[in-house]
Parts: sequence; C-alpha cells; structure tokens
Amino acid sequence: MDLRKFKDTFSTLSIRLSLVFVNTLAFVIAIILYIKAKPILVKVSLSHLLFSTSWHPIRGDFGFFPFIIGTLGVTAIAMILAVPVCLLSAIYLSEYAHKRFRAFVRLVVDILAGIPSVIYGLCGVIAIVPLVRFLGQAIGSPTTGYSLLAGGIILAIMVAPVIISVALEVFRTIPQAARENSLALGITTWEMIKHVILRSSLHGIIAAIVLGFARAFGETIAVLMVVGNVAKIPDSFFAPAYPLPALIANNYGEMMSIPLYDSALMFSALLLMLVVGGFSLAAHIILLRIERRGYA
Amino acid sequence: MPHISLKNLSIAYGHHRVLQDVTVNIPDKQITVIIGPSGCGKTTLLKSLNRLLDLNEDVKVTGDVLIDGVNTYDGNADILALRKKMGFLSQRPYPLPMSIYENIAFGPKVHRMSKDRIVQQINDLEGRMVQVPSKKNGQMDILVESYLRLAGLWEEVKDRLHTPASRLSIGQQQRLALARALAVEPEAILADEPTSALDPLSAQLIEKQFKFLKKNYTIVVVTHILRQARRIADYVIFLYLGELVEHGPAEKVFDNPSDERTRAYVSGEIS
Ligand SMILES: Nc1ncnc2c1ncn2[C@@H]1O[C@H](COP(=O)(O)OP(=O)(O)OP(=O)(O)O)[C@@H](O)[C@H]1O
Ligand SMILES: [Mg+2]
Repeated sequence: MDLRKFKDTFSTLSIRLSLVFVNTLAFVIAIILYIKAKPILVKVSLSHLLFSTSWHPIRGDFGFFPFIIGTLGVTAIAMILAVPVCLLSAIYLSEYAHKRFRAFVRLVVDILAGIPSVIYGLCGVIAIVPLVRFLGQAIGSPTTGYSLLAGGIILAIMVAPVIISVALEVFRTIPQAARENSLALGITTWEMIKHVILRSSLHGIIAAIVLGFARAFGETIAVLMVVGNVAKIPDSFFAPAYPLPALIANNYGEMMSIPLYDSALMFSALLLMLVVGGFSLAAHIILLRIERRGYA
Repeated sequence: MPHISLKNLSIAYGHHRVLQDVTVNIPDKQITVIIGPSGCGKTTLLKSLNRLLDLNEDVKVTGDVLIDGVNTYDGNADILALRKKMGFLSQRPYPLPMSIYENIAFGPKVHRMSKDRIVQQINDLEGRMVQVPSKKNGQMDILVESYLRLAGLWEEVKDRLHTPASRLSIGQQQRLALARALAVEPEAILADEPTSALDPLSAQLIEKQFKFLKKNYTIVVVTHILRQARRIADYVIFLYLGELVEHGPAEKVFDNPSDERTRAYVSGEIS
C-alpha cells in the first residue's frame, strides 16, 4: 500500500509548513515593529536616534545612546566574565572529566538554563547587589550596588549554561580518532587540546559565544532588577545604567500620552530584535555548517 | 631481548573481561600480524602497547607490557616517551586540522627537536630511502620531504604541501598518518586495520610501505583480512575470544597450525 509513502509526504509537508510558519512569524513581527516605528523614523534621523545622548521624551527628544551603551556595557561585562570560564569548563568536562561527572554537569546546566530569569533577578538583588555595594565601598567608589557591574555579573551567570552546553556539544562531536591520533605522537593532553581540539572547533566556539551574546543582549527582567535604570551614560562600573530591554519593559504602556513615545520604544525594540536575530542566525548558520562538513 | 614483550596481560572493560593472560614476545624488525574474529580483543591488545587504552574509562589492566624492559603499566612509567616510541595508525586516518606540511612538522616541533637532532635524523634517513630528498630550504623542509618520501606520498603532494591535509583522499591520509608517526622517530609502528577504510590500490601501497619499513622498525598490524595477513606477516598472533590461542612464525601458523581453532580460522571455516 501507499500508506507509508503518504505518511512520508505528509510528515515532510508538515515539517516544512511549521518551519515556514515560524520563520514567517519572525518576519511579521519585524514588519509590525517597523510599521509602528515608522512615525519616529520619518521625523528624526537614524543617526540622531542612535547617537544622541539627550533623552527628554516630553520635549520629543529621543536619543537612545545611553541605552545602547547600557546594553553594550552589561553585555560586554557578561561576556568578558563568562567566556573564558565557560570555555575552560567545557574543555574540562569534555577532555578531562569522567563521563558520569560530565553527564551530571550536563543535567545541572540544563536545569540552570531553564530557571526563569525573574529568579535570577531575585538572586541578583539578594546577593549580587550587596556584593557590588561592598566591592565599591572597598575600593572607594560608593555605590548603591544597583549598577552596570551587577547587571553584567547576573548576565554572565545567565549566559554560562548556554555557552557551556554549546561548547561542550561542539567538543564532543570531534571524533575520538582525533584524540588517539594526536596523543599517539607522545604529546600532552594540553598540547592536544590546544593544537587539535580547539583548532578543529574554532567555528563552533565562535557560535557558542555568539549564542551567549544574543542571549545576554536581549535579556530583560533579571537585568532590569539589578542595573539601577538611570538614563545616563554610566561613568564607572559601579554607576547605574539603563539597557534597552529594561527601558521598553519599564515604560511601554505607561507614558503613552507623550507623542511619539510609543513609536520610539518600537524603534528600540526593532533594533534589539535585529541585533539579536542577526547574531542568532549567524551562530546557527555556523553550527549547521559544522554539522554538514564534519571535522575532517 | 625483544623490545616489546607481554607477560600475563589481562584487560577488562569494567566487568567485561576482554583479554586473558596473554604472554608473547613481539619480534624486532619484523611485521607481526594480529588476527582473530571481530570482538576478540585485537584493538584492545594493540592499544595496550602505547597506552591509548587509557582514553577509555573503566579499563582495568593486569600483567606487564614491557617496552625495552620497562613495564609501561608501572605507575611512574613515562607515558609520553612511550607513545613517542610507538607510532600509531588508526583504522580511519585522521589528519590533524592543519596543512600537509604542518602535519609532519607538528611532532618534531611539539617535541622541540633541536636543529642538530633534525640534521642527524635526516642523515640517518638518507640511508633508508630509495630517493634522497632534494636539498633546498631549511632543515624542517628537508625533514618533511624525507618523511613524505619514506611514506611513499611525496610525489603526490609535493605541489600542495600547504593546503589542508583534510583534502587528501583517505588512502593518502593514511600514508600521511604514517609519515606523521615516523617523524617523531618511533621504534615501532602499531597499525589497527590500517587499510580497512582504503581502496585496494591504496591498501597495496600501505602494505608495500610496511614491507619496506620493517628493515628499521618493528611493525605490529591488526587485520581481519586473512589474505593481507598472509601477504605481509612474518609473525602471527591469533586471538580467539580474548585468549591467545597461537603465535609463531607466519609459515608455521598458516601452513601447519598446532591448534584446531587456528586451523579452522586460517582455512576460513570460522570468521
Ligand atoms: N570502550 C569499551 N568499553 C567497553 N567494552 C569495550 C570497549 N572497547 C571494546 N570493548 C569490548 O571489548 C571486546 C574487544 O574489543 P576490540 O575492539 O579489542 O575487538 P577487535 O578484535 O578489535 O574487534 P574488531 O575486529 O571488530 O575491531 C569487544 O567485546 C568489545 O565489545
Ligand atoms: Mg578492532
């Protein structure tokens, strides 16, 4: 009978349709955001929106620069803190750890990745903010603790599971033959990691970092809870900052009587979406290529 | 005294006992072939010789593997020096993620081989080769060329030394692996079914290379191809279900086996 063929056609078709649906959805959201942002885009030049530091919505003055700096600042701190530690952890798990320990850590990492961000935010308020306050006082720059640094630290903790699990996955797809062939030359494990494992997985490592970056860039609630939310370019790590996602979450729906405010927020949302979407897409393309090409 | 010798070697993965009480001397400067049905422990035996077995978790080894009189499973044996002595070819070649040239130069570089040592090595090599390398640039260039010639690969790759090694055919990759292994100056070459992923012609090239190299190296080859074993073996080790059933000179084992199971295996009755 042709039932099997029918099932095959049907499943292929439904998979294609779902893919098309998901992709269209992203596209539609971008279009809607663009349409909503249009009023401000025709009034104010793009460079003014991106690079002006003056934020006075009531006067119709929308300079997003402090928010962009806030976003880039917390993200950069997060990446600088997270990337080295996470890569070393992934190397340890892949190349040195016993496989039972590896399986256990994988489980923990998956659980960590699934914790709602508001809980990370709470932990940040309870633990990281006081820590930063203490640190600031210790080195002579008094701070409330609600700061760029606190935001960066909480983000670093949140992106760690992403970077560790993607990097670990990438290292484990390297065939065992790579290890056998190189160790057989009498080199040390570290030499093998440096010259063979890391070299073979360069693209994958980049993908892991980019995925982490995208996650950090768009994270909202947890950052909002610890970062202080002051619309000014922070002048130190201990000063408060105001990243874009926090701005949108705090203000949308509240000050809608101000003309163009709604449109300005839509513009920043579009900006966020394009950056995060672009980076995620890049990472996935890299990962897909690795899978296709293999490591030979 | 032969420089590889096994005494009462038993190996288990967890509770699964794979090799039992293997005692055998592997003759120097000959090709020793390990044969036996699939799963009888050939790879395990081979990897115990350079402790690549250590990569598997839960592996338990008892008994002695003596290399030049030193028990390699002794707690303070120098594993890196041991592995350097024992070149290794895996079933599927794996070119290191670098150029053809760097694949060969990698070992000497990582081991920080001195200039003098390299020159010495080149001089030693010239005696072993049919064709002497063309004298030209630095020592490393000559060294790379020498080993590529020794592995029978030079003519095919001399114009693309700096392209990624992964672009070579599988057969060429296996000869590259041979050249790479030779470049760290091993005394022995261990090969685990080195031709099983190769086409017949490439397989022949590898066999030819082994026969050529045995003047200077002790070679241990695992194979499940009986015809190949007959073609290259000087000495044969027959394993069956983890037991060393018979070992001896090739003619003896193939033509006049003393064990019934060996007879059945070499005549193709069991496989
Ligand atoms: N890492 C491992 N963990 C557990 N058991 C293993 C492992 N590697 C091999 N074994 C088992 O040990 C036995 C011998 O394996 P080995 O690979 O040495 O056999 P082989 O003679 O090389 O077989 P083949 O001809 O198929 O390559 C097999 O029963 C196999 O299932
Ligand atoms: Mg095997």
